[in-house]
Amino acid sequence: MVEFWDVYALPTIIILAKILAIVLPLLIAVAYLTLYERKVMALMQLRKGPNVVGFYGLLQPLADGAKLFFKETVVPTGANKALFLIAPMLTFILSLIAWAVIPFDEGMVLADINVGVLYLFAISSLGVYGIVVAGWASNSRYPFLGALRSAAQMVSYEVSIGFVMITVLLCVGSLNLTDIVMSQKGGLGLFNWYFVPLFPMFIIFFVSILAETNRHPFDLPEAEAELVAGYQTEYSSMAFALFFLGEYANMILMSGICTVLFLGGWLPPVDIAPLNWIPGIIWFGIKVAALLFVFIWVRATLPRYRYDQLMRLGWKVFLPFSLIWVVLTAGFLVAFDMVPA
Amino acid sequence: MIVATLAFYLFAAITVASAFMVIASKNPVHSVLFLILAFFNSAALFVLLGAEFLAMILVVVYVGAVAVLFLFVVMMLDINFTALRQGFLQYLPIGGLIGIILLIELLLVVGGWTLAPEAVTAGFEPVKGVAGATNTEQIGSILYTNYVYLFQAAGMILLVAMIGAIVLTHRQRPGVRKQVIADQVYRRPEDSMAVRKVEPGQGI
Repeated sequence: MVEFWDVYALPTIIILAKILAIVLPLLIAVAYLTLYERKVMALMQLRKGPNVVGFYGLLQPLADGAKLFFKETVVPTGANKALFLIAPMLTFILSLIAWAVIPFDEGMVLADINVGVLYLFAISSLGVYGIVVAGWASNSRYPFLGALRSAAQMVSYEVSIGFVMITVLLCVGSLNLTDIVMSQKGGLGLFNWYFVPLFPMFIIFFVSILAETNRHPFDLPEAEAELVAGYQTEYSSMAFALFFLGEYANMILMSGICTVLFLGGWLPPVDIAPLNWIPGIIWFGIKVAALLFVFIWVRATLPRYRYDQLMRLGWKVFLPFSLIWVVLTAGFLVAFDMVPA
Repeated sequence: MIVATLAFYLFAAITVASAFMVIASKNPVHSVLFLILAFFNSAALFVLLGAEFLAMILVVVYVGAVAVLFLFVVMMLDINFTALRQGFLQYLPIGGLIGIILLIELLLVVGGWTLAPEAVTAGFEPVKGVAGATNTEQIGSILYTNYVYLFQAAGMILLVAMIGAIVLTHRQRPGVRKQVIADQVYRRPEDSMAVRKVEPGQGI
C-alpha cells in the first residue's frame, strides 16, 4: 500500500497539480489576450476599446465568456454529429498539450523530454485536423472551402517552420528546449540570442507562425469577405468558444516557441544586477507579450493576402531561402569548427 | 512495471481496433481518421519502447503530413461508396483466399526467423561507444556513419519519384494568364493612371 502511494499515487497527484498550474494561468492569459488585442487595436485606430464592463474594461473577457456559455449549441441537421462536436475539442486540447514541454524558467517545465522541439512540431502539425474535420463535418459549402484552404496553408508553412527549427538545432546540438535556451546564455546578453546570428530565420519563423495560427494577414480560412466565417460558420456557443480559445492559446504557444528558439527563453537581456533579480518566468512572459503585440500590430496594419500570393510566399520564397540557410549554417559551423558536441 | 504493461495493452488494443475500423467503416473520411488514430497509438507504443525520436517522426511525417493530404483527397472525392460495396459478397471468396495465402506466408517467414546470437545483445546498445546518448544521436550516428550511401540512395529515389510525379501531372494549357509578380511590383502610377483636373460643371 505504501509502495502504491509512493510510486503511483503521489507522482500522479504532483503531475496533476503541475498541469493545473500551467493550464489555469494559460486560460486566464487567453481571456486577457482577447482584451489586450481589442485594447491595442483600439489604440492604434484612435478608439477607446472595451471600457464599460468593469474598471477599464477588465471584466470584458468574463462577460464574453458568460455570454457564449449561455448560448444554445446548434448542430446542423446535415452535419456529422460526432465529428462536428469532436473538432472544437480537438483544436482546444491540441493547443493545451503542447505546453507540457515549454520551459518557463530553469527547471520549471512539466516534461523535460529529449525531443522537445520535435514534440512541438508534431503537435503543431496536428492542429490542422481540428479545422479540416470541422469544415468537413459541418456539411456546408463555406466551412468546407475554409477547411481546404486551411489544410493547404498549414501544410505549406510547416515546411519552412521545420527548416527554421533545424537551423536552430544545428547551432544547439540538442532537441531539448532547456538546452536550447541555455546555449543562448553568454557574456553578450541579448546579442547571444539566436535572433542575432539567425536574423533572417527569425523573420521567416515569425511570418510562418502567423500563417500557422491562421492570423492576419494570412487568415484566409476565415476570410469573412469570401467565406462568411470559414470553418467556424456553423458553430455556436461553447463549440465556437473552444475554437476561439484554441486559436488564442495557439498564438501564445507559438510566441512561446519563438521566444525559446530565438529570444533566449527566460534569460534576462543583460545579466547584471537589477535585471537578473527579476524571475525568469517574468522575462519569459514579457517576451511572449511583446511577440503577441506584434501579432496584433500586424493585424491592425496589413491587408489580407490573396491566396496565390500566400502559396507563392510559402513555396517559392520561404522554402528555398530557408533550405539554403540550413546548408549555409551547416557549412559555416563545419568550416569554422563550431559544431556543438 | 505494471503501469507500463497496462499502457502497452491499452495502446495496442486501440491500435488494432482502429486498424480494423479503417477497413470496416462505411465512410472513407472515418477510415482516414481511424488510420490517424492507429498511427498515433503506434507512436505511443514507440514511446513505451523508449524510442521517442521514432515516435515523434511517426507523428510528424505520417499524421502531420501524409494523412493530411490523404484526408484532403478523400474529402474531395465524390464516389458513391454504397455502389462500390455491392460486389462485396461476390469478391469475398477470392479476397479471403489471398488474405489466407498472405497470412500463411507471413507465418512461415516469421516462424522460421531466428536472430543471430550477437544481434540480441547488440540490440541493447546499437551503436558502440555512445551508450547514454539520446536515441536521436544514436540513430544519427549509425545512419550517417554506416549507412550513408543507402541513405543517399533512398533520397535520390524519392527525388526521382517526385520529379516523375510532377512531370506526369504537369500540363501546359495555352491561354492561361499567370501572375508576374515582378511586373506587378514595378508598376508605376504614371504608366497606368492619368490625373486630370476637372473644372466644376465641365467634365472631361
